Amino acid sequence: MKRRKFDVAAVPGNTARAVDDRFQVATPLRRLLNKVFPDHWSFLLGEIALFSFIVLLLTGVFLTFFFEPTMTEVIYNGSYAPLRGTPMSAAYASTLDISFDVRGGLIMRQMHHWSALLFMAAIVVHMLRIFFTGAFRKPREANWIIGSLLFWVGFLAGFTGYSLPDDGLSGTGLRIASAIMLSIPVIGSWVTAAVFNGEFPGTIIISRFFIAHVLLIPALLVALITVHLGLVFKQKHTQWPGPGRTNGNVVGERMFPRYAIKQGGFFMVVFGVIALMGGLFQINPVWLFGPYEAWVVSAASQPDWYVMFLDGSTRLMPDWEITIPIGDGYVIPPLFWPTVVLPGILVGISLLYPFMEARHLKDYRSHNLLQRPRDVPFRTGLGVMAITFYVILTLSGANDVIADKFHISLNAMTWAGRIGLLLLPPLAYYVTYRICLGLQQHDREVLAHGVETGIIRRLPDGRFVEVHQPLSAGEHGELDYVGWVVPKKMNRLGALGPAIRGFFYPIERPVEAPVSPGHPPVESREDREEITSGETRS
Amino acid sequence: MSSQTGQPTLSGGEPLDVNDPRLSRFDIVREGARRDDIEIVHYEPQVVSGSKAERRLVRTVAAFFLLTGLAATAFLVIYIWWPWEYEPGRGGDKLYTPLLGTTLGIALLAVGFGILTWGKKLLPKEVSIQDRHEGAVPAEDQRITGETMAYMADELGVKRRPLLGVSLLAGLLPVGAVAAAPLVGGLISNPHKDNQMMTTGFAPRDGRKIRLVREDGRPIRPADISAGGQITVFPGVEHGVSNRYADSPTLLIHLRDADAEASRRNNEREGHGGFMWGNYAAYSKICTHAGCPASLYEQQTNRLLCPCHQSQFLITDNAKPVFGPASRRLPQLPIEVDAEGYFVASSDYTEPVGPDFWERP
Repeated sequence: MKRRKFDVAAVPGNTARAVDDRFQVATPLRRLLNKVFPDHWSFLLGEIALFSFIVLLLTGVFLTFFFEPTMTEVIYNGSYAPLRGTPMSAAYASTLDISFDVRGGLIMRQMHHWSALLFMAAIVVHMLRIFFTGAFRKPREANWIIGSLLFWVGFLAGFTGYSLPDDGLSGTGLRIASAIMLSIPVIGSWVTAAVFNGEFPGTIIISRFFIAHVLLIPALLVALITVHLGLVFKQKHTQWPGPGRTNGNVVGERMFPRYAIKQGGFFMVVFGVIALMGGLFQINPVWLFGPYEAWVVSAASQPDWYVMFLDGSTRLMPDWEITIPIGDGYVIPPLFWPTVVLPGILVGISLLYPFMEARHLKDYRSHNLLQRPRDVPFRTGLGVMAITFYVILTLSGANDVIADKFHISLNAMTWAGRIGLLLLPPLAYYVTYRICLGLQQHDREVLAHGVETGIIRRLPDGRFVEVHQPLSAGEHGELDYVGWVVPKKMNRLGALGPAIRGFFYPIERPVEAPVSPGHPPVESREDREEITSGETRS
Repeated sequence: MSSQTGQPTLSGGEPLDVNDPRLSRFDIVREGARRDDIEIVHYEPQVVSGSKAERRLVRTVAAFFLLTGLAATAFLVIYIWWPWEYEPGRGGDKLYTPLLGTTLGIALLAVGFGILTWGKKLLPKEVSIQDRHEGAVPAEDQRITGETMAYMADELGVKRRPLLGVSLLAGLLPVGAVAAAPLVGGLISNPHKDNQMMTTGFAPRDGRKIRLVREDGRPIRPADISAGGQITVFPGVEHGVSNRYADSPTLLIHLRDADAEASRRNNEREGHGGFMWGNYAAYSKICTHAGCPASLYEQQTNRLLCPCHQSQFLITDNAKPVFGPASRRLPQLPIEVDAEGYFVASSDYTEPVGPDFWERP
């Protein structure tokens, strides 16, 4: 019997063939490997949220091994001396144990909290990018809705999460949450009693929040994120206008290898930044707050940043109580409006905006090219208006701290917030609108007359004029605006060659013909030259 | 990176024969892309193979990866050998978490930058164009799918046999309710059970009035609080000083003479005459706005401020809200002094304590 020689080099090929014979994956895999993604720095904001979410899952699983989600009263007897002998809930005691008695537990807790803050921040910034560039337009309305829902579900995930330690600060937040539920007309007290199983605080809320925080909400987030990414994949990413880019194509890089490698590297960078923050920046030091006691609170009790706008709206709300004189009388407390109605309106507007805009503009076509914010002044204005509204509310959520640090009257801060909330957003809209128009005008001016060179020429009659460098060669006259960056400095036209690379000594010869750094050259399809691997080109 | 070929290749609509031995690997890659409606229109190496620049980049990437290994090893060494158990004072254990974060951060950032440099600088730049094929689904396809589904509905014949549809609905609706019932039924809890929203721990038990006690459970004599001072008190019952009586914490204030006089007058007007004992008044500490403890008492103005949303209550005017979002007075606890000289609550609060709700009388 002759033994066949084992060929190591043929193993991958043979395995691949065997797999494909059974599962027929070659064609779909090739499509995946080849899929083209457009590239721009602003397309990476959503990834930060995705990567933070992955870190959240990893660190969160670690925390569940040590956290005890019950409100059973225990006497603390751990390493943290100042609280030894204090009666507290098992949830709080186990959070202290994670911080002090589990090796490496504190950094996991802090990374978990920081990545949650980063997750929400990335969602918001990503959402602004989508909004200002018009990426939510048909056919992507569904993905916009899913993205908005992700913010609100993330909000719930954050709130249920930071309530779990049952410390002095989070307990106060929970009490406010119960008051918000109580304020709902007709069913308020029933809702609260259902959630807390009776009167606040009861003995079960931490266990209920725990299962919501570690199972129900994450499952919902995973589902929404999966559909979100699936739709991006299916509908293909939007792109900026530019040479060769049309509504019907995608210009960019194939997914493998370069695009995927960049994503992988970026994940590591996000993960690394979260690790640094988790190690170096203290967050939510629950051991300083003590266990939750209904009669203890300190000044400067602020929630996590993404909840602060609701805190602010609550502070700014005037004491308008509505009493309905039927029977013993019924009450709609002032708390109802800023904490139930306002978020309800915000959710509604954010979900419906794509449809409202399409209706307003009577624009029902599909759009795959992005718009520069300046080109759609009313939308940009609305966006800045919304940001102003949000920032005023968020600042008002910390108005006691601002009043304290800057020696301002607290009541003056509240009134400034109330007035500012009404006056500043419309003002922001107007100013933004004007700025957009100005930027548009300047773009057209440069296209018509060229770039300012900074060279002043004196004419024979004594006048001084600035020499302009036209962007087109003579006979075409004016260039049309195509929705993309107009070069406005001579350097952008290649007046200055690119810097010679190398830190201590040059590592290459300077390039002879200066190249515009704006874009890699793209030829149009028809008169394209035959391209090979590229090395033969040079 | 050996994907070059000197051969000009076929172009146009015809697919290449990928088994042609003259084709380079890149030709096949490009052919694959073409079959996916992708044109690789620009593909250009960023560094010349074997050049100084390439060697430098390779060294950079390698240095990043080695730094990762170094930092990760440092992380492990610190994790295992650094003193980590909490000690009071400024011990080395305070550096444990920062050191872990720094080493882990450096390890991850370095591998990230290594990968990014590799991908962004060493790999060829490319520009590819892919067709979106949007709206490419012909109306015919939509039609066919629609007809197929309509056909299925036809075959089921719900329209011709309406009884089937109605009975199915009549059968399934209760099933849906069955699914929801245990959840809803299990969660429902009557908020008015034992009149719990209207009572606190100060409700007299067995005709015995409840003492006001401190956090440590000791009862309070009038002399314990100086004029202008205040103290948080709890019902002197079992677990009275705990979250089981989260509605009960009360602020006992010793007003100065003039303030007490004004306060009595205003109490009288509100029907709270006799709620004070001497110059002492007791108000619920639970804010009527959102339930935080309104705990910042300003002696000079007799204002009580809630730190959560800055509602301010004027104590001398029967704790009327004078600023901020709160719309209701803090309930007042009627107090007196018992035979032994300790404060007791004459009765429970006469109105519900804490945040407002719909059916609050």
